[in-house]
Amino acid sequence: MAREESPLRRIAADFVADPLAVAGLALLALILVAALAAPLVSPQNPYDLAQLDIMDSRLPPGSHSAAGSVYWLGTDDQGRDMLSAILYGLRISLTVGVTSTVGALALGLVLGLAAAWLGGRTETAIMRIADIQLSFPAILIALILLAVLGQGVLKIVVALIAVQWAYYARTVRGAALVEQRKAYVEAARGLALSASRIVFRHILPNCLPPLIVVATVQIAAAIALEATLSFLGVGLPITEPSLGLLIANGYQYLLSGKYWISFFPGVALVLAIVSINLVGDRLRDALNPRLVGWR
Amino acid sequence: MLVYVVRRSIQAIVVLLVMSLIVFVGVYAIGNPVDILINPQADQQERERAIAALGLNRPLWAQYAAFVSGALHGDLGRSFVHGTSALRLIVERMPATLELALAAMLIAVVLGIPLGLWAGVKPSSVAGRAIMAGSILGFSLPTFWVGLMLIMVFSVMLGWLPSNGRGPTTDLLGVPVSFLSVEGWRHLILPAVNLALFKLALLIRLTRAGTREALTQDYVRFARAKGLTRRRVIGVHVLRNILIPIVTVIGLEFGSVIAFAIVTETVFAWPGMGKLLIDSINLLDRPVIVAYLLTVVTLFVAINLLVDLLYSALDPRVRLAGAGG
Repeated sequence: MAREESPLRRIAADFVADPLAVAGLALLALILVAALAAPLVSPQNPYDLAQLDIMDSRLPPGSHSAAGSVYWLGTDDQGRDMLSAILYGLRISLTVGVTSTVGALALGLVLGLAAAWLGGRTETAIMRIADIQLSFPAILIALILLAVLGQGVLKIVVALIAVQWAYYARTVRGAALVEQRKAYVEAARGLALSASRIVFRHILPNCLPPLIVVATVQIAAAIALEATLSFLGVGLPITEPSLGLLIANGYQYLLSGKYWISFFPGVALVLAIVSINLVGDRLRDALNPRLVGWR
Repeated sequence: MLVYVVRRSIQAIVVLLVMSLIVFVGVYAIGNPVDILINPQADQQERERAIAALGLNRPLWAQYAAFVSGALHGDLGRSFVHGTSALRLIVERMPATLELALAAMLIAVVLGIPLGLWAGVKPSSVAGRAIMAGSILGFSLPTFWVGLMLIMVFSVMLGWLPSNGRGPTTDLLGVPVSFLSVEGWRHLILPAVNLALFKLALLIRLTRAGTREALTQDYVRFARAKGLTRRRVIGVHVLRNILIPIVTVIGLEFGSVIAFAIVTETVFAWPGMGKLLIDSINLLDRPVIVAYLLTVVTLFVAINLLVDLLYSALDPRVRLAGAGG
């Protein structure tokens, strides 16, 4: 009997076959490294006021500073180097996006598994709430929550978790319902393993492939939503200048032709979202999940 | 059919009640209602009088009952900032938002369905691939940033179109609208395109997927074998069969267009409900926030109900499943 190819290797081979996906992955890796290493690679610390020179404010890209260095992407209204601000902003945007995705994933996972395993009223209640919530656009739910909760990093993470958990709960429940009818679960029950052991050690690992796909797409959606909310002035506070806040800050100068303060942070945001989506798109095909649901 | 309509309507009312409860609990119970509903400049005596007048010393269920009965009478409190009825403020801004949303939906449908058909009929052609790549971009680009870029290119660099506001409005049956004057169109076009992009991408994908599936069906092969022109097969046979899901999605997405109008209205300073909401959040004008949320939720539930009923009228299988289950 021929040895079966390991699934991980098959997925990797499938992934590499698409040049667009590889380009997306390379871009994503570059963005991640740039964000992580921002304090090391950025020309200045954009939030150390001692390093800013107000005489350098609103300089176009490529200008020279009084000290002789070059502002490749221009400066903002406080003389801050935009390239540095973008690298630091990426850190904040990615952190909020990833944190909220992990939180929503955990919550949705537990609720989805509970719905599938317990069935009955618990299932009806959980899935009903998810259905009702998914019938409203994410931005509306997030705005309702933020209008009530107010501003803050923790609050926007809570709002993002609240709008995202339902996608995971639905996906996990669908996958778990299929899995728990299979023979290996029957065997585990026959061995009198505890319910939590069966659910988390046996069913959960088999539900992961579709979840990974949904999670990749959702990280991109979370980053975009955070940027939108921050742009609207209801997301992150000014002390946490994510890409959305940088774009909002440049909005007032756009009409006088000083495009770079909004333009470049937006380019960084788009590159991050597109690269994640390219990877997610290919992962979806490579993993060929039973359930693909978003929006 | 009647049973289905009644069941579905009851469901809609339940959703509305639940949402009103959430908004109520959020604004009146979690937040401090005294801070929220009473002018912060009031002195102690005035505050106590206001607390008694607003019934904030009564039990929570009694407050909720009063809130619902007020809502049913169209009374959602007075705006702190404008000093007028919060609901009236929302209703006054509604035509601007609806006009913007309708214009966006029109753009998405008029462009999206033909492009999706093209991409579905010739998926591997250069045009087909370009259309799909464009639709991926449409999904990935954040709406607010695209709006800024539209302003940058068409207002600042080229100077062709105005960057903000609604321009002069003309009265149509007592409702102020922009689309009857050239100047109004000039103001409408950029925000409408901005709001349309996401839905355009969605419609292209939906139409393309439907077309590709339909082309493999027997009825298409028969139509071709009969010697019908390509144009007629696609324009009549294919289109008619993929139209039901498309119409449903258009209906359902209309609600989300109204929600996303919040973003576009803020970027283009379009004087609609969404801009009012953001202004109210920034000014802590809570009665207006509550009024907006309840209005939009009602609108949403009504749209969902209407689409469901239309769908069941168009497709008898749905009606049977709904009434039987």
